[in-house]
Amino acid sequence: MTAVTVPTSRAPFQSESAPDYLPPEILRELQLARLRGIVERAWSAVPLHRSRMKERGIEPAGLRALDDIAALPFTTKIDLRDTYPFGLFASPMQEIVRLHASSGTTGKPIVVAYTQQDVDVWTSVMVRSFAMCGLHAGDIVQNAYGYGLFTGGLGAHYGAEGLGATVIPISGGNTDRQIMVMRDFGVTAICCTPSYFLHLVDRAVQLGVDLRELPLRAGVFGAEPWTGSMRRHIEAAAGIRAFDIYGLSEITGPGVAVECPQQDGLHIFEDHFYPEIVDPETGRVLPDGEEGELVLTTLSKQAMPMIRYRTRDITALMPGTCPCGRSLRRMRRIGRRSDDMLIVRGVNVFPSQVEAALLEVEGTLPHYQIILTSERGLDQIEVQVEVTPETFSDQIGVLERLNQRISDTLEQVLGIRAQVTLVEPLTIQRSEGKARRVIDRRNVQP
Amino acid sequence: MKLHQLSVFSENKPGHMIAPCRLLARDGIDIRALALADTERFGILRMIVSDWQRAKTLLEQGGSVVRVTEVLAVEVPDRPGGLADVLEAFVGTAVNIEYMYAFPFVRGEKAVLIFRFDQPDAALARLQERGFAVLSSGALEEK
Repeated sequence: MTAVTVPTSRAPFQSESAPDYLPPEILRELQLARLRGIVERAWSAVPLHRSRMKERGIEPAGLRALDDIAALPFTTKIDLRDTYPFGLFASPMQEIVRLHASSGTTGKPIVVAYTQQDVDVWTSVMVRSFAMCGLHAGDIVQNAYGYGLFTGGLGAHYGAEGLGATVIPISGGNTDRQIMVMRDFGVTAICCTPSYFLHLVDRAVQLGVDLRELPLRAGVFGAEPWTGSMRRHIEAAAGIRAFDIYGLSEITGPGVAVECPQQDGLHIFEDHFYPEIVDPETGRVLPDGEEGELVLTTLSKQAMPMIRYRTRDITALMPGTCPCGRSLRRMRRIGRRSDDMLIVRGVNVFPSQVEAALLEVEGTLPHYQIILTSERGLDQIEVQVEVTPETFSDQIGVLERLNQRISDTLEQVLGIRAQVTLVEPLTIQRSEGKARRVIDRRNVQP
Repeated sequence: MKLHQLSVFSENKPGHMIAPCRLLARDGIDIRALALADTERFGILRMIVSDWQRAKTLLEQGGSVVRVTEVLAVEVPDRPGGLADVLEAFVGTAVNIEYMYAFPFVRGEKAVLIFRFDQPDAALARLQERGFAVLSSGALEEK
């Protein structure tokens, strides 16, 4: 093994981080100016936004204070689906430099767009995110988020490069190589999903590599909810600080909010993303401190402005200021969601997608159940499907082909591979009301 | 001459074969021949019973998916070459065996071979033409 210089954990001040410390009244002024600009842009360039505002008798000029945002209509994932692929774009394609996509509620993905300025803003919030976690130029960052349509990989990549760190764009998977690279390249920080890092930790033990003896000192983990006990386990087993980062493609990708070294809530980059907490049932805005659904408005996004986007994530805005000195408000870590969306290995999965796949293969909808487990920190998804008189064959080969077809169709729809198990009729539990479609044994609690 | 075989889906887990067997036993239905085709995760229980219609109803009421398949039962001498003789009858024909199973017959020196052919009628004609003893449903299904 080559000698490695361990960078000091004392991070120099990053000029990009200046907006983290804006006096609240200046920040509010900036937010209002940007909000008016974005609403004007959405009104003039996106028919859906304009017609929604007209229905409510709202015009952009009527926005006089930040609180007026409560009168604006919400945008939901359904709107993204209905306007697939480009219907919410506010820039002509010539100005769009990047498209990303994530899974939607049906087989079609949700497409998001970025102008060069949008990519620059995204990079700047990722630089600020890493800086907030104590990373700096000289760090060697192993980026094990998946590269591709998923925003995690490229978002973290640009952010770490922007910080002046050395990026290893290893992407996800191939755990043994990840551990080899981590050790041989003197990696000081890693980004990936928390469940994948848990798997890395377990595999390192099997390979006889003690992560605590490596220069690795920080992990920036996101794209799925994780618990406090998981954090304590990761920090003790790997000898690192583990930070929670939050984001979603519809808003920009990772870098919407992140923890500072206090690890007490995630600071939201409020100069670009305006947060509200609403009652998930009524849509009424709730005061700071109360738990509800996080609603985000992009304040500077050009290619795809989002007005009051319903994230379905349940959290609360934390009252009071953070001892770290940043004026950015904090939200509590996300523990649960208000809809039935599941996050499996960082990928969004809806039971409705599983239904669509089963319908496509079988013609009718059989009884099914989704079972989520965690094996060595890695999410496992199993879909149990009851055999019906229509699908049952006397021949093994026919049943195996059925199993394979369901498995292949699920992979096409979900983007991840699921274990398909044919089960006997009536073995999946029926309840009085809604069928219990999902059994989550991963023990992720709020 | 074609027999009705019942096929039942079963998960490949300990204890999963008991329920259908117990169900038939309680109603006095005899399983005359049985074979289990299995994969790692599931299996198909194939059986010839004394009263297939009653057995099908009972199994379905018990929650099983049941499929009725026409098979042929051929009685051969229980000696080396008994099966090979039958198989050779189909060399050069378009008839395929999808699966088969065998069991020694209780009465004397005979064995019974159960065949699922892709073309049961053509297979039956061929067997009879070659002089094989194809058993009627009465010989196996009823008491």
